[in-house]
Amino acid sequence: MPAISREEVARVAALARISLADAELDQMASQLDSIVEAVRTVSEAAGGDVPATSHPIPLVNVYRPDAVHPSLSVEAALQSAPAREADQFKVPQILGEEP
Amino acid sequence: MSDLTRLGAAEMARLLRDGELSSVELTQAHLDRIEAVDGAVHAFLQTLPEAALAQAQAADAARAAGEDLPALAGVPIAVKDVLATKGLRTTCGSRILENWIPAYDATVVRKLRQAHLPVLGKTNMDEFAMGSSTEHSAFGPTRNPWDLERIPGGSGGGSAAAVGAFEAPLALGSDTGGSIRQPAAVTGTVGVKPTYGAVSRYGLVAMASSLDQVGPVARNVLDTALLHELIGGHDPKDQTSLNEPVARAVDAARLGLGGDVKGLRVGIVRELGGRGYQRGVLDRFDEALGELRSLGASVREISCPSFRYALPAYYLIMPSEASSNLARFDAMRYGLRVDPQTGPVTAETVMGATRAAGFGAEVKRRIILGTYALSAGYYDAYYGSAQKVRTLIQQDFENAWEQVDVLVSPTSPTTAFKLGEKLDDPLAMYLADVATIPVNLAGIPGMSVPCGLAEDRLPVGFQILAPARADAFLYQVGGALEAALEAKWGAPLLARAPGLPQGPSRTEGGVK
Repeated sequence: MPAISREEVARVAALARISLADAELDQMASQLDSIVEAVRTVSEAAGGDVPATSHPIPLVNVYRPDAVHPSLSVEAALQSAPAREADQFKVPQILGEEP
Repeated sequence: MSDLTRLGAAEMARLLRDGELSSVELTQAHLDRIEAVDGAVHAFLQTLPEAALAQAQAADAARAAGEDLPALAGVPIAVKDVLATKGLRTTCGSRILENWIPAYDATVVRKLRQAHLPVLGKTNMDEFAMGSSTEHSAFGPTRNPWDLERIPGGSGGGSAAAVGAFEAPLALGSDTGGSIRQPAAVTGTVGVKPTYGAVSRYGLVAMASSLDQVGPVARNVLDTALLHELIGGHDPKDQTSLNEPVARAVDAARLGLGGDVKGLRVGIVRELGGRGYQRGVLDRFDEALGELRSLGASVREISCPSFRYALPAYYLIMPSEASSNLARFDAMRYGLRVDPQTGPVTAETVMGATRAAGFGAEVKRRIILGTYALSAGYYDAYYGSAQKVRTLIQQDFENAWEQVDVLVSPTSPTTAFKLGEKLDDPLAMYLADVATIPVNLAGIPGMSVPCGLAEDRLPVGFQILAPARADAFLYQVGGALEAALEAKWGAPLLARAPGLPQGPSRTEGGVK
């Protein structure tokens, strides 16, 4: 049985907000299955008593002075926007239509 | 003076300082070289002739005015297109950022500008730095200057090829799992991944934030050291930046070039060699070890048993972090926006359609793999276990440092493979980084330095690893090896590279 099925890939792709075409789904499912198969050995490597490492060089409490710094102008922040209205990013509707 | 482009950066800097050469002449010579050979190599996604010449003029003017200039002032450089350049397109090799013009400079780019290094252009790369061949660039692959039918490594194949083809004396790269070192190995150039946090990541488009590191690319160890010292140092804009002095890379390189490695303890990583490694790669590696022994270094074998889990752990941690980092490409604030062909047009469907059109196959694979590894029900088995493996790998290194000063291995198991050879087999492609990945998981520094040609007459890289914050060791050992090998060869390795066909730049598939 594959570690990761076509349906599973479709579900995860939706979570990742990538609209995969049918042909892409088929290819992705078989490639991901072999990759997941190859990486699953990690679960046998480390027992419960090994602590997890999330960051290679531990640093604690990295703060900066609470001071005002210059930041991007509105114009600079909007210069690469796909769409704008006045001084704001213009986005598609964010909620689906009610039936 | 003929063939200025063949000089090293340190030598160029000396001629500039002595007034025997102007930065404008030097920059023009490189622009001419790019014009002549980049049609064949395709190291650059974008060249910046006018801006580079203006920066060169400013460098010359500052020198004429008697200003106290940094060592590399006036020496031109190429910048990997993963680093933000204010007012200049920064694509990351991706359609989704094809027309993105950053409103700010990466800290390392700002340092180049302040030090008067003219930026020749932005170099090609695998999309979002995901790959080992540059074939995953949305704008066509870069070709290896040693053999145009072969890969230049990746993801920083453009930077390595630009330097290897004498289109630039210096370049910036980024290394998440080997993207500076593996291209250096297969192109016969030098590349360093510094200690995590030693160089600012501000303005580096993030792939995997706990692994990414910016570093120097050049043709020899001293030039690499000069660039390392220029870009290194604390940056308040990067919270993971180390607030510590920059490594004394240049002094260490000079010490090594003078042959001083007596008493240095070198460990060969047992797990990074043998089966799966090309015969000629192992032969050149063994010969290089012999050179270090003759110089008075002691060499022994060290076992790092958890390294066999490094590749699997990396291919869980990296995609997990990438899936989160690349969520910012939402088609709302910058980058591509594509509407769905059918159905309702909402923020969600636009984001899905945009990412489907704007990302290439490898980026999609890694985002989906990372989303899967982080999703409910799999987190402990995959991401959680991979983080534990990361601890085990750090422990292997800690044990090693009790016995030796540096560890060494071949940089990559094979020489440059043919374009297309591994494109449809992601797992085979991933193996090119099997020896470079443990370094990123542990945050330590690593260097690749050329150690000869394999039986296929292609370059082999020698990898040197040092404890965190001990980057200077890389330059000492690398310098000693380079000096010994070049004395034997009678010339740098790149002198043996075949000539390149000359012709106008190709524009098809590019964003020039």
